[in-house]
Amino acid sequence: MSAPLIEMRGISKSFGAVKANEAVDLSVAPGEILGLLGENGAGKTTLMNVLFGAYAPDAGEILIQGQPVRINSSADALAAGIGMVHQHFHLAPRLSVLENLLIGIPGKSGRIDRAGGLARLAEIGREHGLTLDPGLPVSALSVGEQQRLEIVKALFRGARLLILDEPTAVLAPTEVDGLFAALRSMAAQGLGIIFISHKLNEVRALTHRCVVLRHGRVAGRVDTPASTTSSEMARLMCGHEIVPPARGPSTPGAAVLTLQGVSTSHHSGMALRDVSLAVRAGEILGIAGVSGNGQRALAEVISGVLAPDTGRMTIAGKAVTRFSPREVQALGLGRIPEDRMTTGLVTNLPLADSMVLPRIGTEAFSRKGLLKPDAIRAFAEEQIKAYDIRCPGPMTRAGALSGGNLQKALLARELAFDPKVLIVSQPTRGLDIGAARFIHEKFLDMRAKGCGIIVIGEDLEELLMLCDRIAVMYEGRLAGTLDSADATVARLGLLMTGAGQAGEAA
Amino acid sequence: MVRLEARTSTPAWFNLALPLLAIGATLILCSGLIALAGAGVAEAYGVMFSASLGDSYAITETLVRATPMIFTGLAVAVAFRAKFWNIGAEGQLLAGAVASCAVGAIPMPGLLAMFLMALAGAAAGAAVALVPATLRVKFKVDDVVSSLLLNSVIFYALMALIEGPWKDSFSGYPISPPIEDSANFPVLLEGTRLHLGVVAALIAAPLIWFLIARTTLGFRIRVTGENPEAARYGGIHVERVLISTALLSGALAGLAGVGEVGGVHFQVMSDISPGYGYSGIVVAMLARLNPLGVVPAAIFLAAVMTGAEAMSRATGVPAFLSDVIQGTALLAMLVALLFTAYRLRRVGAAR
Repeated sequence: MSAPLIEMRGISKSFGAVKANEAVDLSVAPGEILGLLGENGAGKTTLMNVLFGAYAPDAGEILIQGQPVRINSSADALAAGIGMVHQHFHLAPRLSVLENLLIGIPGKSGRIDRAGGLARLAEIGREHGLTLDPGLPVSALSVGEQQRLEIVKALFRGARLLILDEPTAVLAPTEVDGLFAALRSMAAQGLGIIFISHKLNEVRALTHRCVVLRHGRVAGRVDTPASTTSSEMARLMCGHEIVPPARGPSTPGAAVLTLQGVSTSHHSGMALRDVSLAVRAGEILGIAGVSGNGQRALAEVISGVLAPDTGRMTIAGKAVTRFSPREVQALGLGRIPEDRMTTGLVTNLPLADSMVLPRIGTEAFSRKGLLKPDAIRAFAEEQIKAYDIRCPGPMTRAGALSGGNLQKALLARELAFDPKVLIVSQPTRGLDIGAARFIHEKFLDMRAKGCGIIVIGEDLEELLMLCDRIAVMYEGRLAGTLDSADATVARLGLLMTGAGQAGEAA
Repeated sequence: MVRLEARTSTPAWFNLALPLLAIGATLILCSGLIALAGAGVAEAYGVMFSASLGDSYAITETLVRATPMIFTGLAVAVAFRAKFWNIGAEGQLLAGAVASCAVGAIPMPGLLAMFLMALAGAAAGAAVALVPATLRVKFKVDDVVSSLLLNSVIFYALMALIEGPWKDSFSGYPISPPIEDSANFPVLLEGTRLHLGVVAALIAAPLIWFLIARTTLGFRIRVTGENPEAARYGGIHVERVLISTALLSGALAGLAGVGEVGGVHFQVMSDISPGYGYSGIVVAMLARLNPLGVVPAAIFLAAVMTGAEAMSRATGVPAFLSDVIQGTALLAMLVALLFTAYRLRRVGAAR
């Protein structure tokens, strides 16, 4: 292969005593798609932040086309032809696609070059199949389209190397195919691409070569990802074998959560239309669907944050009347939210505070309005130990924990009080194999104990492995429910597009 | 070259180091102004120090001046913890002063009068704070703007009162009738102005600390401030917490006014507060919103105010320097707070 487009040599970076990167070498050739693999906390993001100029490395150098360069800011990185698509997009929601594209681009004599921008946008669209309506405000775009805009932005600024941090985590399966086609087309034109992912099948399908990080160091390199098995790669990432958990036969009991004819209105996303479902004790019900088809409204209704206009809901046989989070919690609902950082935890306060948040008013943690600091601390310490949450202690700022550890903390907080029903959204999004495996096992344990679990997700493989039944949401309705024995990715995929309505209410 | 880099954690000693750093930077920056005014920097600061903290009388005077700022500092600290942006402590203080003055003018036994004055002042302050809080909760009106603008409303209402119905009919001055002598707060040290309110302020700080750190209301205030969405999903009634916080904050600011009426001025006039409500914001920020930190922060600002007057007399540097120091201290603290989230990192010119 030709001379590397970019080369990182001996990169080391520490935060206090933590060595996030240690002597990492990495290079990308023109036309190459490099997979960057590693568990959460292995140092992938730090490494890419060094490359993109957010952190200065303690040691090591970066070469672009053989020339050593210093990258001190994202502006330097962009000037050096490095573009990055972060997990969290950096877009101005009220501005149009074209305006977002032109942010920071100097126009001719102080005027914005709209015509030039439009032409370039159309050209990029044609070349790689990355089409976007230039006039639409970003707020009207789907997550997949926003991601496409981020990629187009990078290309627009002349990126020759594109870094994508977990790009598929936010995409529906059909969108993933489109992304991969675009990335391949870009590589065919000589761009270099660094693809960060946890999903080994995707890495095997897309990349030409892989670098695996573990504890900040290069744990291995895979030169032929397509012919390397996922379990081999997983072993490089974790340092040991990962066996997927087996779901035993289920013996469902009485319904612990029912929705009857639930409809909502005035929801910022898709509203619910006449949704009826039942989750039985000892059963895992999956809710599949492309995001934006009413899953959020469903989760909000069940969590007691959104009261439906019509319809009834029961938890453990008791009717929910007020639809407040406190009421549904008291009836036995546990909740693992999709967005850990925004609706789950309080990142700026000690982890212990987040862990007792929903139950702070109960006898366990307070009495007559006075907190029991010792009980709170003891509870947090106990859960940290039981769930192997990696952190310096219960008083650590929650925001300092990695995604996997935060998810464990949320799980610990909900499961500690033996919920009768658990509602979970995207339980393993952004988690590495080890952490995901742990979460899955806990769900299966809870199922065996007679908890009814409802899992909202987009990862069909995960749903098929975990769930007893899978319902598909489409445009605010349940488009159909399949027993997982009968369900396949293809059948579910069909229902997700609104085609082939099948079955009755779940 | 030096650049900012995100921190993963903040060392605990920063809580103490940052305010000291900010104060140090302030004094250095302001020494330039002293020099410009033609005085010796060391002499000016020396006079400031000895006049405010140099002897026991000076210390009592500084404490008396710190008292309203302890209350307004606590008011702001509590409010800001919940991210209820109460910039209205000044108006709440004035309302507290008017209400306690009205009560204190009614003849009754002294202890009862003092108790009712405190109650009325706190209630008046709370009522004023309720306005921006309600506007925010019900109509999403920006609380910074509404609480700030309300200060002018309250101030001119006070002016209307002392220029109108309360005007001293004997002298014709725009001042309220004095409160009953029996309602004057007792002086704790003969020959000083150290009054009961000073002690109340020093007790209030640890009480408010306890409330924030050790009660469920405090927990809810903290969580609501840091992440209202997580609070709501966690079963906390966010609107109720904001209203409770506003009432508490306004009551504390109102008590600042009570102390000034009962312990210092014994009546209400237009300049009863030289901006203690606004100083409360500086105090709360210097204290990093920690109620215990409010006490030293308020004493620092009070020492600057007391000292600046003496410095002005001795060296001719205008006493306005005290306002400059306050403002600079706030800016320095805001800059210093940056270091809780970022650190400086030297980037070598060549590696």
